[in-house]
Amino acid sequence: MNGHGRRLMVGALAAGFLAAGTLSACSGPPRADGGDAPSDRTLTVYAAASLTSTFEQIAADFEAEHDGVSVELSFAGSSDLVAQLQQGAPADVFASADAANMDKLAADGLLAGTPADFAANTLMIAVPPGNPAGVASLADLAAEDLNLVVCAPEVPCGAATERVERAGGVSFSPVSEEQSVTDVLNKVITGEADAGLVYVTDVRAAGDQVEGIEFPESGDVVNVYPVSALGGSTQPELAQEFVEAVLSPDGQKVLSDAGFAAP
Amino acid sequence: MIPRWVAGVAAVGALLVVLPLAALAARVDWPNFWTLISSESSVAALLLSLRTSAVSTLLCLVVGIPLALVLARARFLGINLLRSLVLVPLVLPPVVGGIALLYTFGRRGLLGESLEVAGIQIAFSTTAVVLAQTFVALPFLVISLEGALRTAGTRYDVVAATLGARPTTVLLRVTLPLVWPGLLSGTVLSFARCLGEFGATITFAGSLQGVTRTLPLEIYLQRETDPDAAVALSLVLVAVAVLVIGFTRRSRSAL
Repeated sequence: MNGHGRRLMVGALAAGFLAAGTLSACSGPPRADGGDAPSDRTLTVYAAASLTSTFEQIAADFEAEHDGVSVELSFAGSSDLVAQLQQGAPADVFASADAANMDKLAADGLLAGTPADFAANTLMIAVPPGNPAGVASLADLAAEDLNLVVCAPEVPCGAATERVERAGGVSFSPVSEEQSVTDVLNKVITGEADAGLVYVTDVRAAGDQVEGIEFPESGDVVNVYPVSALGGSTQPELAQEFVEAVLSPDGQKVLSDAGFAAP
Repeated sequence: MIPRWVAGVAAVGALLVVLPLAALAARVDWPNFWTLISSESSVAALLLSLRTSAVSTLLCLVVGIPLALVLARARFLGINLLRSLVLVPLVLPPVVGGIALLYTFGRRGLLGESLEVAGIQIAFSTTAVVLAQTFVALPFLVISLEGALRTAGTRYDVVAATLGARPTTVLLRVTLPLVWPGLLSGTVLSFARCLGEFGATITFAGSLQGVTRTLPLEIYLQRETDPDAAVALSLVLVAVAVLVIGFTRRSRSAL
């Protein structure tokens, strides 16, 4: 490349950087339009993946009761959602699968008000139909030759698994520590795992693809789900109304039908 | 001479790649960098990644070189279909590859059931990681080598053969040395792809420290509780990738 060409490249690169700077300046404030028209409002709700079916129902009921309001749901692992919210993702309501993730948002001052607990979930043993490995209790999961799959301790269901281990005085040697409760459930459904520890609601949602086995130690480890309106919401009243809809008798019924316990 | 507008667009393209990497580097908690990347789980993940990627790349070479030769030189009905199928993992989301592998080598899979009877269990083992990596990386080797073989042509092979060289001698002494640069870049691409493999591994192999939790899986998991460690480990992965690519460029230009 000759001298002229090199200068040209440097110039183009500089222009590119400038362009990038301008773009990022534009995207500074989280949401420019407020959606002022009351006839056409969108409420964005971030909810833990385990709430998918229940929150779809609650959102549909909410839309039916609020004219011109549409609820946009975003489901993912609670910590994924928290990371997005911390990076400025525009949302009005957040429902977490555990208190720890809600606390992260509280610590960053991103909540409007105090979170309210709206549901509780406990662990259950899931086995493939027919229970080929003959699992009957929590102690059976500690067997050496059993293909046990659990959540990694870093995620909420894995933290609950560790507490169940302590409560039952057993020590597991899983063949895999998965990223999410859905991954554990899939390993059981496909028959790769002889047993897995998942939430009661997951067993219920999987229908006859898995069998659930209750164990007494699960009562010692209850995962509580908090919900809160977010400080960045441009429509705080509507956000608060959605929170109340979750806590209302109708909302609670949807949750209990799916297997959630009262907090 | 490059037109101005080409240089401009090229700069935008370069930024698209470089800017996120720079942002990553800017996010690293440098004072604690060493502590973050030298934790027991991180080191186990890095070593597992390097080990499995090396074995997978070797496996890619063993089966990929013959495959590329057949695709470049052989003529039979269905070769175009075969080529398309072999290259499918290039465009397939890795998670789909993982599901496909599960239904092949899983305990209830196509081959898995027979393997299980023979006392071999692939799921949840390091073998599963190697299989997943080989599956996604093989097309990179095949496509690079096949292209090189076509460019090289068969003139020298024919001459060697008329001078009395046996087919295997021609292959080892004439064909492969001629496509050495293509083979090398294919190998490096495969290794890099193995190193970055995530979707097929997490779907098919599971995730357990020292057994199946490679560096990308460790990064994904650390993100849950320790984003600083995830960022630091990401940078390690970037550094390894840059080193590998830089190494090949140097050895290629030395040719």
